[in-house]
Order: sequence, then structure tokens, then C-alpha cells
Amino acid sequence: MLVPLSWLRDYVDLDLGLDELVVVLAELGLAVESVEHVGQGLDGVVVAKVLDIGPIEGADKIRVVQVDDGDGPAAPVQVVCGAWNFEVGDVVPFARVGAVLPGEFAIARRTMKGVVSNGMLCAADELGLPGVDHDEGILLLDRYLPPGGSFAEAMGIEPDVILELEINANRPDAMSMVGVARDLAARLGVPLRIPEPKVIEDGRAVGDVTTLVIEATDLCGRFVSRVLSGVKVGPSPDWLARRLTLAGMRPINNVVDVSNYVMLELGQPNHAYDLHRVAGHGLRVRRARTGETLVTLDDVERRLVADDLLICDAEDVAVGLAGIMGGASCEIDDHTTEVLLESAWFQPMAIATTSKRLGLRSEASARFERGADPEMATVAAARFCELLTSCSDTPISVASGMLDRVGDLDQREPVRLRTARVNALLGTMLHDEQISSHLGALGFGATLVGEGVHDVRIPSWRPDSSVEVDLIEEVARLHGYTAIPKTVPSSPHFGRLSAYQQDRRLVRQILVGAGASEAWCTTFLAPVDLQRLGLAVDEAVVVANPLAAEESLLRTSLLPGLLASVAYNESHRNAGVALFEIGRAFRRPVDGGPLPDEREMVAVALAGRDATEAVSTWMVLVEGLGVRDVRLVADAAPALHATRTARIVVGGTVVGWVGEVDPVALASLAIAERVGWLEIDLAVLLGLPHGEGRYRPISRYPSSDVDLAFVVADRVPAGEVEATLREAGGELLVRLGLFDVYRGAPVPSGHRSLAYAIRFQAPDRTLTDDEVAHARRGLIEAVEAAHGAALRA
Amino acid sequence: MTVIGQIEPIQARARAGIAAVATLDDLRDLEAELLGRRSALAGLKSAMASLSPEERREAGQALNAARTAIAALLGDRRAVLESAEMQRRLEAERLDLTEIPAGSRHGRAPERGHLHVVTQARDHLEDVFVGMGFTVAEGPEVETDWYNFEALNIPSWHPARGMFDTLYVELGEPESILLRTHTSPVQIRVMEGGEPPIFSIMPGRVYRRDTTDASHLPNFHQIEGLVVDRGISFADLAGTIDAFTEAYFGRGIHSRLRPSYFPFTEPSAELDITCVVCEGSGCPTCGRTGWLELGGCGMVHPNVFRAVGYDPEVWSGFAFGFGIDRLAMMRHNIDDIRELVSNDIRFLEQF
Repeated sequence: MLVPLSWLRDYVDLDLGLDELVVVLAELGLAVESVEHVGQGLDGVVVAKVLDIGPIEGADKIRVVQVDDGDGPAAPVQVVCGAWNFEVGDVVPFARVGAVLPGEFAIARRTMKGVVSNGMLCAADELGLPGVDHDEGILLLDRYLPPGGSFAEAMGIEPDVILELEINANRPDAMSMVGVARDLAARLGVPLRIPEPKVIEDGRAVGDVTTLVIEATDLCGRFVSRVLSGVKVGPSPDWLARRLTLAGMRPINNVVDVSNYVMLELGQPNHAYDLHRVAGHGLRVRRARTGETLVTLDDVERRLVADDLLICDAEDVAVGLAGIMGGASCEIDDHTTEVLLESAWFQPMAIATTSKRLGLRSEASARFERGADPEMATVAAARFCELLTSCSDTPISVASGMLDRVGDLDQREPVRLRTARVNALLGTMLHDEQISSHLGALGFGATLVGEGVHDVRIPSWRPDSSVEVDLIEEVARLHGYTAIPKTVPSSPHFGRLSAYQQDRRLVRQILVGAGASEAWCTTFLAPVDLQRLGLAVDEAVVVANPLAAEESLLRTSLLPGLLASVAYNESHRNAGVALFEIGRAFRRPVDGGPLPDEREMVAVALAGRDATEAVSTWMVLVEGLGVRDVRLVADAAPALHATRTARIVVGGTVVGWVGEVDPVALASLAIAERVGWLEIDLAVLLGLPHGEGRYRPISRYPSSDVDLAFVVADRVPAGEVEATLREAGGELLVRLGLFDVYRGAPVPSGHRSLAYAIRFQAPDRTLTDDEVAHARRGLIEAVEAAHGAALRA
Repeated sequence: MTVIGQIEPIQARARAGIAAVATLDDLRDLEAELLGRRSALAGLKSAMASLSPEERREAGQALNAARTAIAALLGDRRAVLESAEMQRRLEAERLDLTEIPAGSRHGRAPERGHLHVVTQARDHLEDVFVGMGFTVAEGPEVETDWYNFEALNIPSWHPARGMFDTLYVELGEPESILLRTHTSPVQIRVMEGGEPPIFSIMPGRVYRRDTTDASHLPNFHQIEGLVVDRGISFADLAGTIDAFTEAYFGRGIHSRLRPSYFPFTEPSAELDITCVVCEGSGCPTCGRTGWLELGGCGMVHPNVFRAVGYDPEVWSGFAFGFGIDRLAMMRHNIDDIRELVSNDIRFLEQF
């Protein structure tokens, strides 16, 4: 909300500097988002009359202008000007040489096309005047203004400061000048001046000129109407138009402007109808009928449902959408002479629901949906009458009295407040009197009904307060959050990461150590992201209201995101990136539960590297985490290379996949490199036994090394040969490693030679040659028997 | 010539020979020549058999002394030659350690990767709170309306729902399952799943229906904290925030709370910290206020306690929350949040 300081000062004396005021407002919870200075930089700008306009040789955009700036037509001043919207005899603002316009724009003597320019004729925006279109050219002033006078004085412009306040959703009372002033007055301990409008009535009973029926008393808690006759619609006085402009509203005409002014001043939205255009000269407040339509002031036809609240004329035709926007049919225009004023209170939830459904928000709905002050309806109506009367050149006559209908309004009972509770929750040591004085300053009437117990009356303008803690917040707000001491509670717990969280950090560190960098891919995908990789779309969780098609699914795997990142880097001449990510993947619920199957995955994409390097990376993780009983089982999976992929099985549980990305999938993303791939369900992996290494004594006895090479058919996985060796080797086998794979003569085709380096060692003795030979024979026999392999000579 | 008389010339020749040797190999040969079985000294020793006992004793002593002296000379010379040999070897092995192809193998990724800057910020935050006795809680990113809103005192009609631009998923009843808009549902789960005292933080990924721009992404990261115990007060909240601020940002950076509104806390507060750019003196980053808005906090609303079955007359507590990504951006001067999800290796490698 924009608050001109000059306007605010009507209601509260502010005897403090601007910086201090900004701090006080922040401490009240009315944060200042920006501060704008207006009406400054106008020294040296005077009113001037255009005497002559002539061409400049060789220039078709600029002209030479002679103006009278106060020394009379006999002593003109020459300026060069590029605007064409004025003529001889016009009166314009003129910035003399030496003036410094808003934005530190210094005016100096210049020469253009050989013609000297002694100042500048000004457009509105150059003078820092808000709310005027920038391309209208030079600002044209009243022709009767005497040349030489101060422009600011002539226009009634005073230097002012506009504060942009952020008003919290629970504070509709602060969406007005008076509301902001109330908080400031309470905090600063100075009086608050609330307008007390005086209306001179003409003796006609208002009930004789208009009628009012409230049908939907549950949605309309109060409705006040008044009638003003003899109205002449025209521009508002300058001071009023200027205030509205500074507060961010465009002046329209005196009736609409006064209506807006009263809303900004008191926070009470109100609406003026052209009484003659209201059929039957009366209003009726009722629910809409489903399918009923109304053309609102913005000329949009609105289709309504049964819970929308309508203002209708006496013939039951809708003339306004209650609390949101009036209808076009009864709009105030130049011919309006009689005004029917509405000042009402509508049920917040009803306004919010309709406003949200229609996507139609207004200054009025913003206030009603948060909760207006039902007691303000009569005051605002009177204020409207008072102001419009004073803003009119012709006499206005106001019908006597008002129609005031009260519907269902909550009876607000006093709220019990305990001093002990205040101090316990805030950590303060406030006395009963301090508490009641803080509350009293804000309009809450606190009565002490027992020791340390107050009964607090909630003011009508505070819909946000209804329970004890609401009042405690008010006490804290006025006392000042910064005045509350700071203490640090001590935790009775040992702070620590869970084993899972520690292991997850370890996984990250291992992968970083293995050369991979951590990526952050978005959780969202488009269906095509899955389709082009050959991943199932129907397993994915669908976003119901995405802003873009790229955000319409939740990822089922980390693959699409990491591959896109590989493609991005490759296309930016960074081939060979190694990326990993730890993040959630989602699938539609499997067990009938409400929530998706959500899993924390770790995935590694190794661009420019093949499946073997992905396996090496997995083995580094195995080593680092102390995972045991690992097997890789050749298998096929969507989006992965058909002959270079394996299921990872740990202790009988599938934990993920390792291998290489399918070349077709890579081609779909225009990735030229191979991409090694590893994806593991982190929670499943870390849920299996790992890392609890037990000490085994280190043998002090000599060891014996043996190399064995077997010719094994290609269809037998080396992993199985290794498993056989381990089992056959038993305790004496302390080291086993595949050191060579050979295909080619003399090894028969369809076979390869697998060469293993093996070390035998006993914990308690030196192995004899016979023992080593026996153990060696055992390995050979086992492999030959299990895999139809032959020892290579 | 007496035996003794022959010793001196042998010794002199040995001395000259040893001094002239230039390599360890030659020295080894010379050692055999001077002290070996067929050496001149060995010849003299066998010649002693013909001497009288008296002379033999005297000559024996002289021979031994000569042997010892020659051995010592050999030892000294070996040390000199070994040292020179080592000098030569070291010189031959000289390496220019700045000419090694740096960190990359033929344009491939460096040997060591990099943690994402957001992870680094999150780890750092977790460590600070763990040091203050907090545990780290996590929960699902897709949540029910109840955990994300209802239990947090935001019933379906509440206007505050408009504060959260919620993304829903097509599961169950319309608008019943959603992408969590904050990590607060984890607070509810922690309270449901345990008993006070609670000192926990909840970091994680959250979602908003935001159009991507320099300061918004539809998914980002947040950390929240929850403390529940007997007698926890607003003063405890202010003190904890202050302690954290100093621990994370360093001395000289302080916190300030000012009134705000959240449905799940009351009193509620905005959490400002001393501007880390100007340290409070006022600069463009902080809009010349000296303060930066970090997040929100407040005392847990009694309705939230009621939703999880805690008696608000017995237990009180506070909660706070702020964005992790923004902290990382502040710390590293990153001015566009989209950089964080670019996964450009040239970005990732900077941290």
C-alpha cells in the first residue's frame, strides 16, 4: 500500500525522522518496502508563456522557442525544444539554467545546431510527477497562470515522501491511512485523529427516495445506503486528485474519487450508483442464481454461481458483484445527478471464493476478503457525503438519515488473557498494567478481572484477533520484538546426523573423490523426456496444474535430467563430464496408498566413458561404504544399453543398475559420446548391512602367490568364475584379482582366457609347498567342474 | 727390510690410491686390492711367521693399525662418493612441477569432482545446528493436503492458501495430494512420530507454482527448524536465531525479528540479518537499510499443537525457516538462481 506521508500526518503527529519512522513501522509489522521522494528538484522551475516558435535550419525535429519567464514579452528567453504539442500562447513549465530536476538532471546552457538553448521546457515525467503518461510532450498548464511564478507553488506541489508498506494478510485494518496512523499513534504514544464527518441533511427521509432489502443476511452482515442529490460530476479538486495519484490511484471524477478516497482513508470500500439508472431506485442483496450473468465495470460479462453475492436493483436485476466490482449498467457518468451510496460489510470467505473463482480482484475485494470493520460502514458513508459536498461547486443535498440493515455478524465475546501466559510465551516480565496499556493503545479494552487475568474486548476493526495468543502477539508487537530479551534454550539431545544421513554424505564424498561433480536437476519432466528415452510415461505422477508442459510430470528416474545435463555440456564444448545427483524419483502409488512411491536415488553419468568405468565407480562405492556380497547380473532395462547393463544385487536384494546408456537414447538427445551409467536406490542400499568391519588379525607368516588362467566360454560371466574361486579358496585365499582377459588364438572362438592373480596365506603357519599345491589344485578343479573351463597351459 | 718397515710404504700407496678413486665400483675393486686375501698387507701377515715372538707382536700391532687406518680411509672415501652419486641421481631426476598437465586427462573431467554449492550450504547449515544439539529430520516431497496445510492451521477456506502457489498432482481427490510448498509437513511428522523435547531441523526440496526467472524456480530448497519443550518462549526463538546467525555468518552479523503473519505461528516474525555485503552500514543490496530479509519464524500456533495431539498449555515451541539456495547465492555472489540448475560443468567446478 502506498502511503503519502503528508496524508498520514492528517491523523497523527509524526515528530521523528524518516529513517526512524521506517524502523518504527518495521517494528510494528508494517514493513516499508520502498521510499519515494516526490515534488523535489522543482527549484528553478517556473511558469512560462510561449511567445514565438521558429524553425532551425537543418533540423526537422527541434525548434527554437521564445518564452516569457517573468521578465515580460520584451525580454524573452530562447530555448530549443523537441516537442511539438504546444503552440504560441500556451503556458508551460520552464526549467531555468541551474535547475536540478529529479534524478539529478542538471539544466545547463547548451548549443544545438548553432542555436543557444537557455533552459528546458518540461514534460510531466521530467518533473517527477507520477501517474502521467510519459509521451504526452510538454506539460500544458492553465493559460491564466502568470509567467515567472514558481511551478511548484502554482501546482500546489509540496515535497512529499511516499512509503510503500507491505501489509500482512491478517491486517485489513492497516490497509488504510487511519489504520497505519492508529498503529503509529499507539507505538509513539501520541493522539490519533479519526475523521468525524458532519453531514448537513436536507430533510427528505432517505427511506422515501430509496429502498433496501437484504435477503442473504448470512453473507451481508451490514448494509448502509444514502442518497445525494444535485450532484454535478466533474474533476476533483487538485488536492484530492493529487492525494489519490500519490497513493497510486488514477483520478476519474469527483464521485468516484471521493469513493476511493474514503476507502483509502478509512479502509471501508464503498460504491456509488447513479440512482436514476437503478431500476425502482432500490437495492436488494441476494445470492446469484446459477447461470445468471452480470457485466462488471470492466465491461466483462461474468457468469455466476449460487454462492456469489449480488447487489440487485429493486426489480431484481443484478447491478453489482457484492464487495468486488460494480456493474456497468449503473455506473456514474457525466449525466449523473443523484448518487446512491453503498457502504457495507460482506462475509470475507464469500468474497474470497467468488473473487478467486472469477480471477477478479479489486481494492474492495482485497479488503473485504480479509475482513472489513462492520462499524465503519456508517462513518464511511457520512464521510463520503461530507467530502463530496465540500468537493462540489454546486450545492449538494443529502437525504436525511441512512438505511442501515444489519445481517448476521459474529458476536465477539471478550477474550481472556493471562499475564503469566504472556510472560511465559514471550520470555518477558510484563506487569498487568503494561499489558493493558499496550492493548488499550491499540483499541483493545482490557479489564482486570482477577490477579493477572484480563478480559479483553476486541475492536471491531481487528478480525484477526479472537484467541489469547492473538492478544499476546499484539502485546509483543507494541512492546517491540527487539525489546524482548534473547536466551538460548539448551537441547537435551546429542545433535547428530542419522546413520543414513552420514552415509549419504559419504556417498557424495566418494563420488566427488571419484571425479564426479554434483548436479541439481529439476524434479519436473515433460512426457517427451521419458518417451524419447523409452521410459514408461504411465508410471509417472502427473502434475495437475503445471505452469508449463516441461513441468507436467514428476521424474521417475534421475536419468532424463542427468542426460540432459550431459547433452548441455557436450553442446557447449565440454565433452566428458562426470555428473552425479542424489534426489527423489516418484512413481504412482503401488500399494494403494495416497502418496506416490517416492525414493531417494543416487545416479552417476560418466560421459565419454563406457560401462566398465561405471562398474569401477560402483566398486569404489562398494569399497567406501563397506558393502558386502555384491553381484552384477547381466540384464536389460529401458534406456540402458542392451548388452552392457547389469542389475546390481547386494545380498539378494536388487539395489540398482550399472552399465551404459542405450545408444538410441543418446542419439535422441544428440549425445555423441558413450555415457556410463549407475543408478542406485540409496535407501535400499544403505538399509542393507554395510560398513561394520570386524578386525581380523593380520597374518605374520609368509604368503604364496599363484597365477591361474582359465579358458572360459563367453556365456559364463567372469563374476561367477570369481565367486567359484572364492568359495573353493576358503580361508587360505587372501587375495584374488582378475588381471588379464584375452581373446584370440590359440583360445577357441566363443571363449576367452581369464587370468587371476591369487595369494594364499594362513593365519597361523607358513604354508608348505604341498599345501599351496593342494589349494591351487582345488581352485582349478572347482572352476573346471563348475564352468566347463580349462586351465590354460 | 723389516716387516714394520714395509708397512709405511704400503699405507702411503693406499692413501694415494684411495684419494684417486673416482667411482664406487673402482673403490670396491681397490678395497679388495688393499684389504683382501691377496693384498700386500695379507702378504706381510704371512711373512710374520718367521719373526720372533717379540717382533711378531710388535709387527702384528702395526699391521692391525695400518688395516684399520686404510679401512677408515676407504669408508670416508665411500661416503664422499655415495654422496656425489646421490647428487648426480637427484639432478637427473629433476622435475618441473609446474609443467605437469593439470588436473585433466585429455580434456576429460578432473580427477576430483565438486559438491553442488547448495549441498555445501546445506551441509554447513546442518553442521551448525547439529552443534547446537539439533537432529536432522526428513520427509516426503509429495504430501497430503493435511500435512502441508490443514495441520498447519491453514484450512481449505483460509485466505493464506493464496500465499502458497501450490502444485497439485493427479492422485486421489482433486487437490488432495500436492508437492510440498515448504518443509513444514516434516514438522508435523516429527511431532506425530515422537514426543517433546524436540530440537530438529528439516532441510529439503520444496515446490511452488512459480515461473522460472532470475530469482524463482518451481523447485528449490529450504531449511526449517522446530523446537518444542516446556517453557520455550519467544526469547528462546530470538536467542537461537541470533546464535545461529553468528555461528553461520560469523561475528558482526546479527539478527532482527519484526512482526509478520504466518498461519502456523503466533506471534510471527520476519527474520532479518545484518546485510552481509555492507555489514549494516547500508548499500544497494539491502536497499540501504543495513538488513537483509532471510526468512520467517514464530511461536508454534496452538492449533498446530492441537492437530498433533500436544496440549498447548503444557508445551510451547518455535519454528523458523529460510531458503538454502538464496544463502548459497549470497555467499558466492551468484545473481541468477537459474545458474544453480544449469549443471554447466564450468559452474559446478567453481565450488
